Formats: sequence, structure tokens, C-alpha cells
Amino acid sequence: MKKAFTIAALAAAITLAPAHAETVKIGYMTTLSGGAGIIGKQMQNAVELALEHKGGKLGGMDADVVFVDDQRKPDVAKQLANRLVKSDRVDVVAGIIWSNLLEAVHKPVTRSDILLISSNAGPSTVAGEGCHKNFFSMSWQNDQTPEAMGKHMQDAGIKSVYLMAPNYQAGKDMLSGFKRYYKGNVKAEVYTKLGQSDFQPELSALRATAPEATMVFQPGGMGINFVKQWKQAGMDGVSKLYQVFTVDGVSLPALKESALGILGTQTWSPDLNNAINNKFVADYKAKFGGYPSFYAAQAYDTILAIDHAIAKSGSKDTDKMRAVLAAGNIPTTRGLLKMNSNHFPIQNIYLRETVKDADGIVTTRVTETVFTDHADSYAAKCKF
Amino acid sequence: MTLTLILEQTFNGLQAGVTLFLVAAGLTLILGIMDVVFLAHGAQVMIGAYAAAAVAAATGNFYIGLFLAIPVTFASGYVLEFLLIRHLYRRDHMEQVLATFGLILFFNELIRIGFGPAALYSDLPRSLSGFVEILPGAPYPIYRLWVILVGLACAIGIHIFVSRTRIGAMVRAGANNPEMTAALGINIKILFRFIFAVGACFAGVAGMMLGPITAVQPGMGEPLLILSLVVIIIGGVGSVRGAFIAAIIVGLIDTLGRVFLPAMLRSVVDQATADGAGPAVASMLVYITMAVVLIFRPTGLFPAKG
Repeated sequence: MKKAFTIAALAAAITLAPAHAETVKIGYMTTLSGGAGIIGKQMQNAVELALEHKGGKLGGMDADVVFVDDQRKPDVAKQLANRLVKSDRVDVVAGIIWSNLLEAVHKPVTRSDILLISSNAGPSTVAGEGCHKNFFSMSWQNDQTPEAMGKHMQDAGIKSVYLMAPNYQAGKDMLSGFKRYYKGNVKAEVYTKLGQSDFQPELSALRATAPEATMVFQPGGMGINFVKQWKQAGMDGVSKLYQVFTVDGVSLPALKESALGILGTQTWSPDLNNAINNKFVADYKAKFGGYPSFYAAQAYDTILAIDHAIAKSGSKDTDKMRAVLAAGNIPTTRGLLKMNSNHFPIQNIYLRETVKDADGIVTTRVTETVFTDHADSYAAKCKF
Repeated sequence: MTLTLILEQTFNGLQAGVTLFLVAAGLTLILGIMDVVFLAHGAQVMIGAYAAAAVAAATGNFYIGLFLAIPVTFASGYVLEFLLIRHLYRRDHMEQVLATFGLILFFNELIRIGFGPAALYSDLPRSLSGFVEILPGAPYPIYRLWVILVGLACAIGIHIFVSRTRIGAMVRAGANNPEMTAALGINIKILFRFIFAVGACFAGVAGMMLGPITAVQPGMGEPLLILSLVVIIIGGVGSVRGAFIAAIIVGLIDTLGRVFLPAMLRSVVDQATADGAGPAVASMLVYITMAVVLIFRPTGLFPAKG
């Protein structure tokens, strides 16, 4: 009873305390439950780490981040977005792993005159004609990363390729981005079910076509399944595996040595050498005991971007923050990030190889820069 | 579409089918005999996979993992029946759905607290990681063949148990008329608990075998649950034989449809349309099959009550 009274008194004291600093409220949406829960957990870790690095303040204002779990369901995402905007009255909505979920929340948030900052999803549908001035990507447009993979494989003189991706917007974007730069023989384009766990039938079919190389996009747990089964079916003897968003900090702890040597493209890697990234990776590893994934890096960058926008404009006003972000040169784990006219980053894309680090932990390392300052191909169609 | 490829895909379909059967066998008995809608059966798959992967990681031996995971899943089923499920027998289906759906969330969270949200590392033992040539030029993973064999062995075991043993006779009687069975002096409570634990155990075996080939992560059994519900509807609720045949049918339709349907569509319409519509139609095939079966045989192919 006494304790309850003390807590009540404390609570009253806190609420009655005069508000010295303004508070910026951020609604951070990600997937915290289900098979993709690990991705959301890493993003949440990274957001918390960024806040810790900034002393709990963003651009000098107290930061209040509300995490919501979209359960990887578009309808849930839409409901949550409405709740964040209308009843929680957040200043910024950020996060969002999946392209189909981003499409669901895009209109409700941007039309409420609140900034929507994606930490991951970058569907083509919001990059071109469907763009909105209140949307920013702190990741990439879906096509960009596979475009680099396509260019690398084209330059490597690969004659034929077999493509595989889940049957949803990001899967289609990935393959169309790849084909924009790869001009060889595409033997087949196979769309698998989103969330599929057994790829053996697809691998059997692939073996029968014997392509020189295979390029896959299977994010999250699907990537673990795919690479495991690829190795177990002895596919290395049939075709050379290339990937985007399939072998990363989320899948490597479950794949370990079996993923060594696999090549992929990415806008970020734990070994990118700049002050922000070195601090982020070292502190993330120390605090959470493992390498961060690109999802975590982009979540960290999202918080840095909000910090940058408030610090530079001195306000959490949507118009003012938007002007700062649109000007680009945002400090991130990928260096100073430039912004295109459709509010998607213009950035380098690297070829990454899976290797063992000095401690014997399996991670990725940049082997070459495929694109320097690469812009997406939809920006010209975007008119605010 | 060569003969080799068709044969290989048939093996893939069989492997998917026997895995489904292991999950559906317990589910069909639980629904058929105890009349409980048990949605958390996927959690038993997950428990089996985690138990096997964790023990294998601790001991460094895949087979010890498998061996110890069987009593773990049996025990989890036994305890679960005692703590919760027996209180649901007299409740209506909606309450059972709510309670067992809650169990799904509970088990996923429990696993997340115990093992973290990340997928566990699990791999094949060296002795099962090679290939056999099922036809010249068609290497097939030994492990997948092994899964088919274990699944078939379990199916034969369940069949002999149900049709040839005394307890099996009680199970069949229980499926057909539980009140009469109880009136004849059979301890239906103990029988139910035993069936429930055995059902959980078979789902666990499915999980153990899936562990090395798929991601061992929270919620990993849920995709199997929906397909196994389809299986027991096609096979007839309460019928183990029906579940087996339906599981093989569903496994084959799903696998062959997924691979060959887009290819067939490509010869009819242009490639872009085929690539878009193919996977969508293929994923519907299983449900179309279920609808057709329901039209002509509303109680399934092999109804247990009759």
C-alpha cells in the first residue's frame, strides 16, 4: 500500500513537472513476432543503441519512441499506422521491413502531413508516380541492389541465369532491377510463395535447366531455408549462387560456414570503414553479442536522420524536417547520404562476400564497389 | 519435363506428404476422438525441432538430439493435456479455438524467451548429407530419402498399432462412439491423454526432421498446421488411414502443381502472365482439391464415424 502510494506520488510529480524540453515522438513499426521477429528485434536494438549514443535526445529534444509490432500483416500495419497518427499523435512514423506493408501505410501517414521514413522497404510503387513528399527512404529503392548484382554478373560474363524471388511487390522489383543491367539469357523467373520453407521442388526444377548462375532474393527465414537446402541438394556443382538480401546478419548465425564464399550486393556492410559505422558495429556487437544486419544499420541510420533533421532545422515541424532531409548529406553508417528528387538515397552499392572474421565468426566483407552514387530509375517519374 | 524430373518431383512430393502426415495423424485423432479443435499442434513441431537442435548442439551428435527429442515432445503433450486440454473437452469449439490459439502465442513467446528470436543453427549429420542417384544423372539428397523412410515407418507403425493392438481397438472405438466406449469400462481419460501425447510426439518427430532442412525459429510449425487441417478434412476426421492418403495427395498436388503448373501455363499464355498467375493458381490447388472432395464426400474420403 505504502509502495503503491509512493509510486503514485512519483507519477504525479513526473506529470506535474514543468516541461523544459520539447519531446519528439516517433512511432517505430517493425515485425516483432513470428518468424521475422528476429529482424524486428535487431532493428529495435539498433534504434535503442542510436538513442543511447545520442543521450536519449534527438536534435536536442527528448525522444519518445513507441515500438509497434505489425505482425508482417498489411491490415495490422494499416491499423497501427492510423493509431500512431491519430491517437498517439506521433511526429514521425518510421521502420517497416516489408514492401507490401509499406504500401499499406504509405497513404494514411503521408496524407496526415507526417513524415514516413522507411528503414527498409522501398517498393517501386512509391518511388515513381506514386511518390509523396512526406515519404523518405533511409534504405534503398528495391531495384537498386539487384541492379548492382545484375551489373556484376553481366561484367563477369555469365551466360545464363535462373531467377527466384517470393511472389510479392519486392520480389518483382528485385527481378526487374536485376534484368535492367543483366543482358544475358534469363532461363527462368520463378516466383515462390512468401514465407515458403521448402525449396526442394524448385531446386529439382532448377537442376534440370542447368543455368550457369542462379540469383535469388529470399529475405529473412526464407534465406536460411533456401541456402541450407541449396547446399544439401549439392547445387553448387550445378550452378553458381548469387543473392540479394538472402545471406546477411540475420541468416548467417543459422547458416555459419555453409554460407562461406557466397556473393551478394548491398548498400552497407559491417566492414564499411567510417567513424559512424565503426562505432555502430563495435557497440552493437558489444551490447547484443553478434554482428548487426543491414536491417539494424538502416534502423540506426533512420534515427540519425531524424536527429539530423531536428538539429539542423531546430524544429520537429514536418515542413522544416522535410526540407533538411530532402537536401541530403545525412550522416549515416554509409557515410554522408545523398537524397534523390523522389526522396530515395543516391548511394554506393558494394559486392559483398561471406567470410570468417579474425575471431572465426562468419560475416560479410566488401570486395568491390559495383556502383558509385547510384540513383534509382523511378525518380524522373516522381512529381510532388 | 523429363521423366527424371517428374520422378524427382514425385519424391519431393512424397517427402512433403509424409511430413504432413506426421503432423496430421495426431491432429485427426485429437479432433476425431476427443472432439477438440487443437490449433497449437504446430507448436509441437517447433518444440520437437528446438529440442533436437538444442540437444544436438550441446552434445555434438545429431542422433542423440533426435533420440532425446521424442520423450521431450511426448512429455510436453502429456503435461499439456493434463494442465489445459482436458478442461476443454466439454467446451464448445469456439472456446477451444480461442484457448488453443492462445497456446500458439504462449509457446512462441516461451521459445523466444528461452532461445531468443533468432533462428537456431542446425545442420545435417555427415552420415546423412550425401546423395544417391535415384536415376542416372539425378542425385537426390540422402537425408530427404531418410525422411521419407522414417515417415513411412511411422505410418506403418501407427497403422499396425491402431488396427492390430488392444489399445488401438480402444482408439478406434473411441473415435466411433466415445460415450459407448466409456460405458464399456474403458478409462477414456487416460486413453485421451495417451493419444494426445502420442500425437504431440509424432508432430515433434516431423519437427525434428524438418530442423536440419529449414529454419528452426519461433512459429516454424504454423505453415504446416493449415495444410494439415486440409489433410484431415480431405482424409476424414478421425481416420489415420485417411490422413495418410490425404497427406500424400496434398504433398504431391502442392509440389507438382508448384513446379509444373507455371511451366504448363507458359505454353498457353505469354511468360509474364504465366509467371504471375502460375504461383497464385498453384497455391490454390490444394484448397480446390479440398473443395471438390467436400462436394462429393462431405465427411472426407475415409470417415471414421459411420
